[in-house]
Amino acid sequence: MTNDPNKTGHNPVPEVGTKPSAKPAPKRFAMSFVAPVGAFIALAIVGQLLEASTNQYVQLVLLFMCANIIFATSLNLVNGFTGQFSIGHAGFMALGAYTSAYLSTAVVQNPSFFDFIWFAIAGGLVAAAAGYVVGLPSLRLRGDYLAIVTLGFGEIIRVILLNTPAIGGARGLFGIPRPKEVVLGDFVFTNFYMNYLLAIFWVILTLVVLWRMVHSVHGRKFLSVREDEIAAQSMGINTTQVKVRVFVISSFFAGIAGAVFAHAAQGLTPATFGFTKSVDAIIMVVLGGMGSLTGSVMAAAVVTLLPEFVLRPLTDITGIDLRMVLYSLALILFMILRPSGILGTRELPDLWRKNGK
Amino acid sequence: MIRSFFSRATLAGLVLIASFGCTRNHDQEILIGHLGAMTGSEATFGLNTQKGIQMAVEEWNAKGGIKGKKISVKSLDNQGKPEEAAATASRLINQDHVLAIIGDNTSSRALAAGPIAQQNKIPLISSTATAPKLTEVGNYIFRICFIDPFQGQVMAKFSRETLKLKRVAIFRDLKSDFSVGIADIFKAKFKEMGGEIAADAGYQGGDIDFKAQLTQIKAAKPDGLFIPGFYTEVGLIARQARGLGLNIPLLGTDSWDSTKLSEIGGASINGSYFSNHYTVESTDPMVQEFVAKYKAKYNSVPDGVAVMGYDAANILFSAIERTQDLKPDQIRDELAKTKDFKAVTGKITIDEKRNAVKPAVVVKVDGTSNRYVTTVSP
Repeated sequence: MTNDPNKTGHNPVPEVGTKPSAKPAPKRFAMSFVAPVGAFIALAIVGQLLEASTNQYVQLVLLFMCANIIFATSLNLVNGFTGQFSIGHAGFMALGAYTSAYLSTAVVQNPSFFDFIWFAIAGGLVAAAAGYVVGLPSLRLRGDYLAIVTLGFGEIIRVILLNTPAIGGARGLFGIPRPKEVVLGDFVFTNFYMNYLLAIFWVILTLVVLWRMVHSVHGRKFLSVREDEIAAQSMGINTTQVKVRVFVISSFFAGIAGAVFAHAAQGLTPATFGFTKSVDAIIMVVLGGMGSLTGSVMAAAVVTLLPEFVLRPLTDITGIDLRMVLYSLALILFMILRPSGILGTRELPDLWRKNGK
Repeated sequence: MIRSFFSRATLAGLVLIASFGCTRNHDQEILIGHLGAMTGSEATFGLNTQKGIQMAVEEWNAKGGIKGKKISVKSLDNQGKPEEAAATASRLINQDHVLAIIGDNTSSRALAAGPIAQQNKIPLISSTATAPKLTEVGNYIFRICFIDPFQGQVMAKFSRETLKLKRVAIFRDLKSDFSVGIADIFKAKFKEMGGEIAADAGYQGGDIDFKAQLTQIKAAKPDGLFIPGFYTEVGLIARQARGLGLNIPLLGTDSWDSTKLSEIGGASINGSYFSNHYTVESTDPMVQEFVAKYKAKYNSVPDGVAVMGYDAANILFSAIERTQDLKPDQIRDELAKTKDFKAVTGKITIDEKRNAVKPAVVVKVDGTSNRYVTTVSP
C-alpha cells in the first residue's frame, strides 16, 4: 500500500479544517456528528458574510464551486480510491441536473426549500441507477476498455438529452428556480443564501459519507482493488462487486452535483455536459491528488476560482485574453512540478498532525 | 513543498482580494459589456461580433463619443457554455457595472444571460438569437434580428409578389419546431395574399428518401415548393424532386445557409431561393461601404455575425445618446423607442415585444455562392 503510515484507519474527523481530536473512543461517535454540524454552522455564518460583502457574480461562482467539489470528490472515489478510469462522469452529472431541474420546473409548482433536497436525491438516484446499468457490464473490463465504455456512455446521455423535446432538446431547459427567500421578522435570507445553504449541505454530506466510507472496511476493499486486483481477489474480495458499488455511489453524488449545478446556473443545455466537463472532473481529481478527498476539494476550488478571480483580472490589466492559455499552462506546470497532485494520497488533517508532532 | 505551496496560495488569495477592489472610473467613459463565445467550437460568433462592435466604437469615438464621453467595450469570453454566459453577464453587471450588454449570439446562451440582466435591470441586446422565447424573459431584453416565424411571412410575400406564384406546396420537417412554426406562418400569409396551398406534406429530419411525398406533391401540380428545412435534407429533396421531373422553384429559409447545400444538392438546387439576414452582394451603398471598411480593417469579408454586431452596437449607442443622463432604465426606454433605424442590414424598428421589425434579403442559390435577389420588408 502506498498510503501514509500515519493515517489511522478510523479517523473520526471528517471535516476540512477541524482539528484532530485525541479523545477516547466513546467520544468519537459524538465527534462524527459534531464536526459536520459544526462545519455546517460555521459555513452558514461565512455565507452571511459573503452575502453581505460580495456581489451576485462572486456568489454564482461560489455555487459552481460547491457543485464542482461534489463532482470532483465523487469521481475521486472511482478514479482515485478504486483505481478505475472513468471518463464519462459528466453523463451522470447531466442526469442529476436534468432530473432535478425537470422536477422543479415541470412537475412541482412553487417548490419549497425542502423540496429541493428531494429533487437532488431524485437526481442522484436516477444517476445511480444509470451508474448501475453502465457499471455492471463495463466494470468487468479494465483500464483503457473501461475508459472507452464510460466515454461512450457520457456521449449517449448527451445525445439523448439533445433529442428529448420535453426537456428542451438542443435549445436547453431554462427558468430553473432557486429556493425562494425566507423572511424571519426583520431578517431576510436571500435566495442566494438559501441556495448556498443547500449547496453546503450537500458538500458536507458528500464529504462525510465518502470520508466515512473510504476509512471503513469497504474503503480498504476499494484500496485493495486499486493496488492489486489479483491479490484482492485471492483474499476473497469480490472485485467486480466492489467496483460496481463504488461506481453506483460515485454516480449518485455526481447526480447530486448536477442538481446543485442546475439550481445555481438556472439554465441547462446538453452542450454543458460534453466530454470537456468529464475532463474537468479528471483535472480536479488529478490536481488534488488521486485518493485524497480534501485534495479534490482544494483542487475544485482552485480550478473554479482561478480562471474567474485571478485570470480574468489579469486579462483586464494586460488587455489580452490569455485566460485559457494561462489556465492550461498553470495545469501543465503544476503537473510537472508536483505530479502527485496537491496532496498526493494524504488528507488535509494528516498535514496538521505532522506539523504538530 | 507544502509550505511553499501554501505561501503561493496565500499570494493567489491576495491577488484575488485585490481584484475585488478594482473598479473603473465611470465618469470619463461609457462602459458597455459584450459577451460571446470567443474560444471553443463557435468561437467565430463571439470574435466576429466583437470585431463589428469594435468598428462601431471606433467610429463613435472618432466623432467624439457620446455626450463627450468615450465609449469602451469590455468583451468577456463564455466559451460557448450557458453557465459561463450567466457568470459573465453577472460579472459585467455586478463587478464592471456596465450600462448595457450586447450578446450572446445564440439563443441558448442569451437565455442563460437574459434573466440576470432582467433581474439587475440592465438592457441586454442579442444580435442574432432568433428563438421567440428570448425577449419574453423580460422588458430589458432586446434583439435586433427577426424572429423565426418572420421568415415564413417573408417567403410568402416574396413568392406571391416577386415570383407571382399561385399554387405553392409546403414540405415541412415535422421534427423541428422551427420548421413547423415557419410553415404555418407561410401558409396563413400566402392564403391571405390570395394564393392557394396545393399540398402540405411532411418529413422527419434525418430521412433520406422523399419520393413518396414528392410524387404526391407533383400530382397536386404546384408552381412552387416551400421547404423550411435544414440544408442536408433540402439538398436531397432537391435532387429527388428534379429526378421526378418536378421542375418548379424551391423556396427556403436561413436554415439553408451552408456551403454543404450545393455539395449535397448539386446542380438540382441551383436557381432556388431562400431568405437570409444579409448578403455581401447587396447593392445598398451602406452595405458596400461597411464591407469595404471592414475589409480594410480586418482584411476579411464580414460575415452575418459581424455585421449584426456592428448594427447592435450602433442601435445601442444612438439609444444611449438620446438618454438624459445615461441611466440603464433610460437606455431601455430609448431602445424600445428605436424606429426606422438605418442599419447596415436594413431599417430596424423595435416592436412592443422588443423584437426587431426589419427587412430580410432573399438570395438565389448559384453553386456555392448565393446571388442577391431582393430585399423584402415586413
